[in-house]
Amino acid sequence: MRLSREGRQGLTLISPTLAYALVMLAAPLTMVVTFSFWTQNYLDLDTTLTLDNYREAWGTPIYQVLLLRSLKISLIVTFVTVLLAFPVAYFLSFKVKRRKALWLFLITIPFWTSYLLRVFLWKVILGYNGVLNSALMGMGFIDEPMTFLLYNLNAVVLTLAHAWAPFAILPIFVALEKIDRSLLEAAEDLGDGKIRQFFRVTLPLAMPGVVASTLIVLIPTIGDFITPKLVGGTDGLMIANMIQIQFGKANNAPLGAALAITSMLVVASISVVIFLAGKKFGGKVE
Amino acid sequence: MTGKDPRAIIRMQDVTKFFGSFQALKGITTTINEGEFFSLLGPSGCGKTTLLRMIAGFDEPTDGAIYIGDEPMAGIPANQRPTNMVFQSYAIFPHLNVADNVGYGLKRKRMSRAEIAAEVEKSLAMVDLAGYGKRAAHELSGGQRQRVALARALVMRPKVVLLDEPLSALDKKLREQMQVELRQLQQSIGITFILVTHDQEEALIMSDRIAVMFEGQIEQVATPEQLYRHPVSRRVASFIGVMTLLDARATAQPGNTVRVDIPALGTVDLPAARVPEGIDLAKVEKIGVHPEMLTILQDEHETAERVVEAEVASRSYYGDMTYYSVLLPGANAPATISMRNTFGRSVIDPGAKVKVGWGQDSIILFK
Ligand SMILES: Nc1ncnc2c1ncn2[C@@H]1O[C@H](COP(=O)(O)OP(=O)(O)OP(=O)(O)O)[C@@H](O)[C@H]1O
Ligand SMILES: [Mg+2]
Repeated sequence: MRLSREGRQGLTLISPTLAYALVMLAAPLTMVVTFSFWTQNYLDLDTTLTLDNYREAWGTPIYQVLLLRSLKISLIVTFVTVLLAFPVAYFLSFKVKRRKALWLFLITIPFWTSYLLRVFLWKVILGYNGVLNSALMGMGFIDEPMTFLLYNLNAVVLTLAHAWAPFAILPIFVALEKIDRSLLEAAEDLGDGKIRQFFRVTLPLAMPGVVASTLIVLIPTIGDFITPKLVGGTDGLMIANMIQIQFGKANNAPLGAALAITSMLVVASISVVIFLAGKKFGGKVE
Repeated sequence: MTGKDPRAIIRMQDVTKFFGSFQALKGITTTINEGEFFSLLGPSGCGKTTLLRMIAGFDEPTDGAIYIGDEPMAGIPANQRPTNMVFQSYAIFPHLNVADNVGYGLKRKRMSRAEIAAEVEKSLAMVDLAGYGKRAAHELSGGQRQRVALARALVMRPKVVLLDEPLSALDKKLREQMQVELRQLQQSIGITFILVTHDQEEALIMSDRIAVMFEGQIEQVATPEQLYRHPVSRRVASFIGVMTLLDARATAQPGNTVRVDIPALGTVDLPAARVPEGIDLAKVEKIGVHPEMLTILQDEHETAERVVEAEVASRSYYGDMTYYSVLLPGANAPATISMRNTFGRSVIDPGAKVKVGWGQDSIILFK
């Protein structure tokens, strides 16, 4: 293969990153894929290739339930997060005239504490003797602590949506910033009021940002296992918790690998669908 | 294009605009006629865009009124005004193809798809883009984007088309071609165009009338020829074309004429028609001369109304023309003279002693 000078320069520039990505991403991935076709025999691995793990992963009700629940939770989280992120990004981009950088800075403040700490904070807020219950009882709105706050699906959604909000705001903000404001004036000039301008110009042009936000939130939340474990209770458990159990306590790495690959394929296909839908709705943007 | 009885389509009455404490417009009063190609010309920051945006409805005057076709526009938003704009950046919607861009405003009107498509195609044909409907916005060249923006405005059948420096993003050659095309198109459809530009040549080529603005005020409204031949002030003159300024004294003469004494050229009596109204003769210190209004006489047979001796200081050769810098006797700065390099004429070298011809018509008096 002959490369142009520029091509070689480019390759040289990215090669450390490329090597790192190969080692840290491709190698473990290959391992997991290989694992998923093997079988665990108590202490040693049977390396004959088999599809048994996939049969079990796809056929057993508990795994189906967990996978569907994970999907449901992450879709809800994504929907809620992006829906809440959009107005914030819109406000930042269109209404804030000065000190935008300061506002962006404020948005990232929650990230100064670790993810784990933030999950625990929600536990403190939502718990039986938590801040919310104590406050409401103190003010006399309720007589005894509410139990539906923590250890269920809602708590998982709330915690994850909060954790991912800034990640969702930034891509949308960037997309909105890139919109040439004279396009909105052109739309107004051609007869559109504010609402039509939004749906015919702003939203389609913000679509790449919305799609990016959606994927950025959706993909990692499906695989999250800390939040469900800490605030999810039993009906808040997700597929990633099961994968963790298979690799750990259950000592069935091949089945865990098959579950991981399965959820990866599901995420990938959903992402492709979202990407294409966004492209269709947003039209062809350079 | 102005008919016998020009009917005003836009009237502006003492239009004033403040941005905070900064006054961008200081009482603009003028009338634009139906079917006219009207230009707002002025240096950067004089308020041209501000005025245009207030006609379009993107901004409201702080004081004063704008009427379009006798209707006061106060409080009427841009989307309800009978004007359409061609933006400086063209503002082509990047997510729509050419046909959808042009048909954007029609979708709001009660029209069937087929009707819209027909109107769009007609409008594209008008700007020489027939058959380009399916092109994506990013597949267009600068000139084509400009045409799409124009088609998108024309398809709305506005009373007035507003253009904010529509040609400034194009290269010189394309710009010159578009100037002519735009002018022809405007004349054939007869819609009023208001053009904002800071390019005096563009304004002269395209307009029926030109308003010259400085610092938020209109200094002169005139046809291109009037403006060039009879600029009312030195500011206007210096903005329209090249001009040499020469020291002069003016005194009133019996019979309404004005005697102008120009040390570098001589003395001349100007008839009343050549003297701007309201001029204060005592304050005249300089007169103006355009480069083509002086001529270098090359052989014995050439004559002129008046002749003075001078010396060529330097020259710039343009192929078809040569611009000479000529030292007139008693003048402290050289005068610019342009000569066509037509047959029988050779280019004169610096240092040569020449005869310079001029006449009463060469002299421009300012207020
Ligand atoms: N929104 C605004 N806020 C404050 N000042 C403004 C605003 N818009 C314009 N100005 C000021 O008003 C003056 C006129 O601006 P305008 O854009 O009308 O100039 P222009 O004649 O179009 O100049 P150019 O040829 O450079 O486009 C300028 O001094 C500008 O700084
Ligand atoms: Mg301007």
